Amino acid sequence: METPSRSFNGPYVIVGVALLAVAAITVWDASTMRIRAQYGVGADAASYLIAGFLVLLAAGHFIGAFRKSDDLDAEPTDWRAIGWIALALTGLVSAIGLGAGFILGSTLLFAFTARAFGRRALLVDLLIGAALAVLVYFLFHGLLTLHLPEGPLERLL
Amino acid sequence: MDVLLNLFAGFASALTVSNLIFAAVGVFIGTAVGVLPGIGPALTVALLLPVTFKLDPGGSLIMFAGIYYGGMYGGSTTAILLNTPGEAASVVTALEGNKMARAGRGGPALATAAIGSFVAALVATFGLAFLSPIVVQIAVRFGPWDYFGLMLIAFVTVSATFGSSPLRGLTSLAFGLWLGLVGIDQLTGQARLTFGVPQLLDGIEVTTLAVGLFAIGEALHVAGRHLRNPEKPIPVKGSPWMTKEDWRRSFFPWLRGTLIGFPIGGLPAGGAEVPTFLSYNLERRLSKHQDEFGKGAIEGVAGPEAANNASAAGTLVPLLTLGLPTSATAAVMLAGFQQYNIQPGPLLFVQHADLVWALIASLFIANVMLLVLNLPLVGLWVRLLAIPLPWLYGGIMLFAAMGTVAANPSVVELLMLVGFGTLGFLMRKFDYPIAPAIVGLILGPMADSQLRRALQMSQGDPMILLQHPSSAVMIGLATLALVAPLIFKGLSKMQSDED
Repeated sequence: METPSRSFNGPYVIVGVALLAVAAITVWDASTMRIRAQYGVGADAASYLIAGFLVLLAAGHFIGAFRKSDDLDAEPTDWRAIGWIALALTGLVSAIGLGAGFILGSTLLFAFTARAFGRRALLVDLLIGAALAVLVYFLFHGLLTLHLPEGPLERLL
Repeated sequence: MDVLLNLFAGFASALTVSNLIFAAVGVFIGTAVGVLPGIGPALTVALLLPVTFKLDPGGSLIMFAGIYYGGMYGGSTTAILLNTPGEAASVVTALEGNKMARAGRGGPALATAAIGSFVAALVATFGLAFLSPIVVQIAVRFGPWDYFGLMLIAFVTVSATFGSSPLRGLTSLAFGLWLGLVGIDQLTGQARLTFGVPQLLDGIEVTTLAVGLFAIGEALHVAGRHLRNPEKPIPVKGSPWMTKEDWRRSFFPWLRGTLIGFPIGGLPAGGAEVPTFLSYNLERRLSKHQDEFGKGAIEGVAGPEAANNASAAGTLVPLLTLGLPTSATAAVMLAGFQQYNIQPGPLLFVQHADLVWALIASLFIANVMLLVLNLPLVGLWVRLLAIPLPWLYGGIMLFAAMGTVAANPSVVELLMLVGFGTLGFLMRKFDYPIAPAIVGLILGPMADSQLRRALQMSQGDPMILLQHPSSAVMIGLATLALVAPLIFKGLSKMQSDED
């Protein structure tokens, strides 16, 4: 049961390159460290050690890329659904970044995530999301006194 | 008996009305979240950590114990009624449990899982109580080189030994170790990989990583794969009670599962998957009803469920006595302890004995609560299983965001959550395991400090790690654990070539 069409593992090459890049950043970061330890080795030792480990793993990926492999992901991804979740997370981050508060951000997060999973009734989901967000806000901010980001809506409540 | 005296003292401090309420709430929300499909115990604990932030340390520990045991139990309910296990350790339970539910014996399947979990956790928690002081006595003599050797073993077993690909497991581990570098170094005050971002100086939160990789990554993965029409949960029909026959067939599997699960859970052997599989195979071999296996044999639920819970208690032995997490769940638990300013390890037993024994007593209390609450509430759990996926994942995302901003209200933290979520999605898509990254993040900085303490004593000579026989043996074991699967793989490949 071998599929001769895929003998080259593209994702492995990308991961290998990414590992090398991270190793390079780590080495550069370690080379800028100025605080030296009085005894033994300094904080940069671990950086160099892990950078070395990353380089080894990158080599492993490059070797693995040219081997025949049957564990490639063959399932197609529904990028439209991924896009909706990306939008949901963008809504959350920008709502909180712009000071619009936790409730608005969570409402957008909930409704757009539901849309990603195939719901069509965006308005209903926005209402459900808002109700859930208000409930969570009261429970965790009111009852458990956790600090959640506040916006105009939270100050009204 | 010192242990019994300590245990009594623990119960004395844990058994107050408010603490019992905390335990009940912990078990309830732990099970409720653990039941949700796609949420394993590690994510359950990570998502529910914020709930315990503002309680007093005693109360939060007790609620935490309840969440841990509740989350473990919730997973088995999902496996039996829905056949979509949220975690690898419940895969085996689904094999026979789901068949039983389909045959209209969902009630007895849930009952044997619940009672088996209770028996196993009871025995294993006693094991924990009696074994921990012994391990502590050995551990107080450990030098930094020994800790480093132990951590190496944990790194290798979590990432390479039991996974499908050592290369991908080790890459996930390296990612976690690399994240562990970020922040101010404890020994020198040197900042590493912070790129001038002040929010990175404190390092990366384990809970942010766990919630990002597990919750957001899972949501992206499931959405991207069109898994929108999941199976409906199987309604629990017929008598929920176990017959005399069921009891007779469950009793020894419970005990055997416990005996398999506890020791393996205590070793750094990669969590509960191994003991559940071992227990299943053993019961299958020993059963007088071999023909029923694959069609819903109660032994195949009783044994693995007991093994699963016993290993959960076993994991607490290295976690509490050495501060060594050996699974993703244990890593998140350790992060939780650190949030309450509790650093598990031998010193904890010496300096905060009251706290440790209150926690162990809480585990007993949580275990009883679990049994009392869960069977009557089965109807509620079934209804939770029926939540439509769009709302379920919307809710999971909302809670993930809430937990992250509650712990650390900054946009940087949220961006990290999103980044980890994206990586979690890619890791799932390309079959990189998640747990090694989480264990790496929390153990990496600890291994770093231990290694450097050892090197301080030897004035920079790395041979100190091999000069102490104890650490030399441990480093040898770690190497063996890394190489052995490769050799076995090679051998089996040679064999299949010959066939």
